[in-house]
Amino acid sequence: MAITKDTVKHVAHLARIDLAAKELETLSRQLEDILDFIDKLKQVDIKDIAPTSHILPINNVLRDDSPRESLSSGQALENAPQKHGNFFGVPKVIE
Amino acid sequence: MNKLTAHELIEKSGKGEITAAEIFNSLKKRIKDIDSQVKAYVRLADSLDSQPEPANTQLPLKGISVSIKDNICTRGYNTECCSKILAGFKPPYDATVIRKLKEAGAAILTLKTNMDEFAFGSSTENSCFGPTHNPWDLDVVPGGSSGGSAAAVASDSAIMALGSDTGGSIRQPASFCGVVGLKPTYGRVSRYGLIAFASSLDQIGPITKDVRDSAILMNAISGYDPYDSTSINMDVPDYTKSLGMDIEGVKIGIPEEYFVEGLDKEIKTIVQEAINKLKSLGADYKSVSLPHSQYAIPVYYIVATAEASSNLARFDGVQYGFRAQGVKSNLIDMYKKTRGDGFGEEAKRRIILGTYALSHGYYDAYYLRALKVRTLIKQDFDKVFEKFDCVVTPTSPTAAFKIGEKIKDPLKMYLSDIYTISANLAGIPAISIPCGFTKKGLPVGLQILAKPFNEEMLFRVAYAFEQATPWHLEKPKL
Repeated sequence: MAITKDTVKHVAHLARIDLAAKELETLSRQLEDILDFIDKLKQVDIKDIAPTSHILPINNVLRDDSPRESLSSGQALENAPQKHGNFFGVPKVIE
Repeated sequence: MNKLTAHELIEKSGKGEITAAEIFNSLKKRIKDIDSQVKAYVRLADSLDSQPEPANTQLPLKGISVSIKDNICTRGYNTECCSKILAGFKPPYDATVIRKLKEAGAAILTLKTNMDEFAFGSSTENSCFGPTHNPWDLDVVPGGSSGGSAAAVASDSAIMALGSDTGGSIRQPASFCGVVGLKPTYGRVSRYGLIAFASSLDQIGPITKDVRDSAILMNAISGYDPYDSTSINMDVPDYTKSLGMDIEGVKIGIPEEYFVEGLDKEIKTIVQEAINKLKSLGADYKSVSLPHSQYAIPVYYIVATAEASSNLARFDGVQYGFRAQGVKSNLIDMYKKTRGDGFGEEAKRRIILGTYALSHGYYDAYYLRALKVRTLIKQDFDKVFEKFDCVVTPTSPTAAFKIGEKIKDPLKMYLSDIYTISANLAGIPAISIPCGFTKKGLPVGLQILAKPFNEEMLFRVAYAFEQATPWHLEKPKL
């Protein structure tokens, strides 16, 4: 399947990644190769086969809704590239 | 001292003949002598100061240093997944495996090993710190993504190490470096504190000099963890008890799909000799079929990249790591520039492939279809394990390849995981052990796979083979 530069650009926007013009070019070519290879899966008869998202026989693991120790806000902020007081700092979102 | 196995050191330490500091100092010296060539390590703590008091001789690991892949969180000590986007990240907590190693008496856990960025790769060339070199031939790759851990163990600059395995990232480098690597059953070892790549496939596991060390390290890290809802609450056996049991009558399946085109002739011969060896030790083998094997790689590159694209959304320049400078006006632009500058080539490729597979209009065609074929791959194994105790295959279709040989062709690189990926998709345990050398002197690995939660069978067969062969005793000349 042909993967155009516009498709890659759109997907890169969804993934929030800036790509240089040269990267767009290389990636559209490589993705085309990879997806052609993946198209092999179309040969498989998957009628009535259930999907496997993980292999364990467990679902909806719950724990008691009771308070327990957690990181302090100071610890949680220790690695932040930018902070204001007790908050993470980001570029302005609201005009 | 650095040349000894963990079990030999544990014995000496137990008798009071050596201390944790002596073990660590001999490692430090070895790293200083050879790691400028091998480049297995990306970060080293240079003193024992910040560590818990080691060498409690009552504890199983008795002051042994364990080298740690750079994607396993160590509290207060940089854990960067060999990615620019996590530069400077000091986790505020320890991964569960790190806590367990400390509780078992391990001494130094701040020797961090190189890896492909976020474990994306099969050669350790995708590291922001540059590639690791294979101790057996410095011009070839050590495999990946846990190439630093495998090269460190192979070059005696580690006693034992932890890696992580999403599609072969412990077993393939173990095979390329001539050491023992085990991927446990999905759910056997807690993933808490392992920086996630593909959550339904990832497992942490040991890379060691021999099978006994592998069992010792598995004893230390296995078990239920309430912090990982996909870890299973089941008793953990003492894996060392499986060592030394004979393999008389053990039923081995040899999948015919693994011995076809693409498998290097020299590897094929060496693996066939290994299978004959197992037979001479009393095992029975028969050809079996895993008919959906050819679909494992395409399924993997949808499932793994889809999960990765979601897991890696958290690296956005807000909570930790790198933030691109110069974007003051707009939050979305800050995300895009941070991620564009912070991720390496392969990481971007996988995030974009995964995002594409999950995006509107393609979800059913790619992601859902891949999950269904995954079911068929798992059922292939279920059927074989109704009649067989284990499956034996080559770990990789070739020995280690040259640095630079496959890095420009992602698809070619992906194909080097052809024999290891199925175990992750099916969630089953698998081990790679040394089984010979090519004419050029590069190690070859034998892979053994078993039913979920039957690591004991892996240890039983692997140990019997190892004790009857000389391969694990060979050392690279450095």
